[in-house]
Amino acid sequence: MVREVDVARITEAVARLAVEACTYLGDDMVAFFEKAAEREESETGKDILFQLLENARLARTANMPLCQDTGLAVVFLEVGQDVHLVGGDLEAAVNEGVRKGYTEGYLRKSAVADPVDARVNTGDNTPAMLHTRIVPGEKIRVIVAPKGGGAENMSALAMLKPAQGRQGAIDFIVDTVSKAGPNPCPPIIVGVGLGGTFEKAAYMAKHSLLREVGSTNPDPRLAKLEDEIERRCNALGIGPAGLGGITTVIDVFVEEMPAHIASMPVAVNIQCHSARHKEAVL
Amino acid sequence: MAGQVSDREQATRRITTPLSDEVVESLHAGDRLLISGTIYTGRDAAHKRLIALIDSAGPTTSGRMDAYSPKLLDLGLKGMIGKGSRNEAVKEALKRNKAVYLGATGGAGALLSRRIVKAKVVAYDDLGPEAIRELEVKDFPVVVINDMYGGDLYVEGRKEYERKVHS
Repeated sequence: MVREVDVARITEAVARLAVEACTYLGDDMVAFFEKAAEREESETGKDILFQLLENARLARTANMPLCQDTGLAVVFLEVGQDVHLVGGDLEAAVNEGVRKGYTEGYLRKSAVADPVDARVNTGDNTPAMLHTRIVPGEKIRVIVAPKGGGAENMSALAMLKPAQGRQGAIDFIVDTVSKAGPNPCPPIIVGVGLGGTFEKAAYMAKHSLLREVGSTNPDPRLAKLEDEIERRCNALGIGPAGLGGITTVIDVFVEEMPAHIASMPVAVNIQCHSARHKEAVL
Repeated sequence: MAGQVSDREQATRRITTPLSDEVVESLHAGDRLLISGTIYTGRDAAHKRLIALIDSAGPTTSGRMDAYSPKLLDLGLKGMIGKGSRNEAVKEALKRNKAVYLGATGGAGALLSRRIVKAKVVAYDDLGPEAIRELEVKDFPVVVINDMYGGDLYVEGRKEYERKVHS
């Protein structure tokens, strides 16, 4: 059975999800802030965490963006292989959704063309940073995850030597968080991609950020690795907004896949505390 | 939970702009402040033009302005609001010119916008989000990051909470 879906529905979904993601912080994040504000040892750190709770409440009740950096629009599409898309070009429809969401929702337009020279604002926050996967079934899952520049700038990827092993990977990840210091707006989520090729590692690191804060990795080996990285990062003392404290990391998410016998790619994608993503299934 | 922020702000020191030498001299890394008065915003492209005047409903990473800030400080800038680490040249210029670098909470745009009473574009309208805006603020919450004595909260705060971990 093939199911027909008009791409205009994808445009509508992207536009709506962009605005929702930028305005409503997830319940998992709010729960984290509440817990963290209680246990944070630094008084200034507590100030910041209470500000972030109040900020989330204000954004939700007054319908305004959580952060002025409403990011580049990262869009994940999981398209069922039994779907037949009609009504136009899929990528154009996604971009139209970004244009509509960012324009009609009064979200900041942060995309610049000719990035290493003229840096001219594209005017409508397009293009979307689109990742499409074909999956079994007849549904379409649309996820919009606006990504701010400050945390993205502190992200890193290394093609480590296999001999460096698990410890080498952990050291690189913790070092990336350490060097980032206050810049990526801590507390942060540390998204990690292990293995694959250069681009797969980066993709996994980004994709991992969609996980629910506080959830446990189903793979016990990775769950243990995540705990170890989290402990070491929180011991850095960076704290909320980098002003010192015990709350540096919100969570650590690791995705992995097999790598080449000669390679050990490790990608670290840092997510600021404005951890925004919303999804819909069409 | 809504009352937590205002309760905690009761005891916070209030200052007004423009910043006088006396006020700057009294500020130390780690001090929590509420600012009222007029301030000016400026992101990457505006800084570039200012150097070839003078942060936002929310601050951006200030390190990207490090190439431009010392000159602006030498020209009389007394205080900067942003987020993130500054380089040695900026810290030296703060000492030399009796100026301060203040941190606002990144990613708290909704909360901070409530503390902005008035905003207008005063230069470089064509730069869109990067235009220079004049903001009138009331009780805008900041923390002193770099004072004029070489103090640096990003270094000192972190050291205070750093712990050894056995891996």
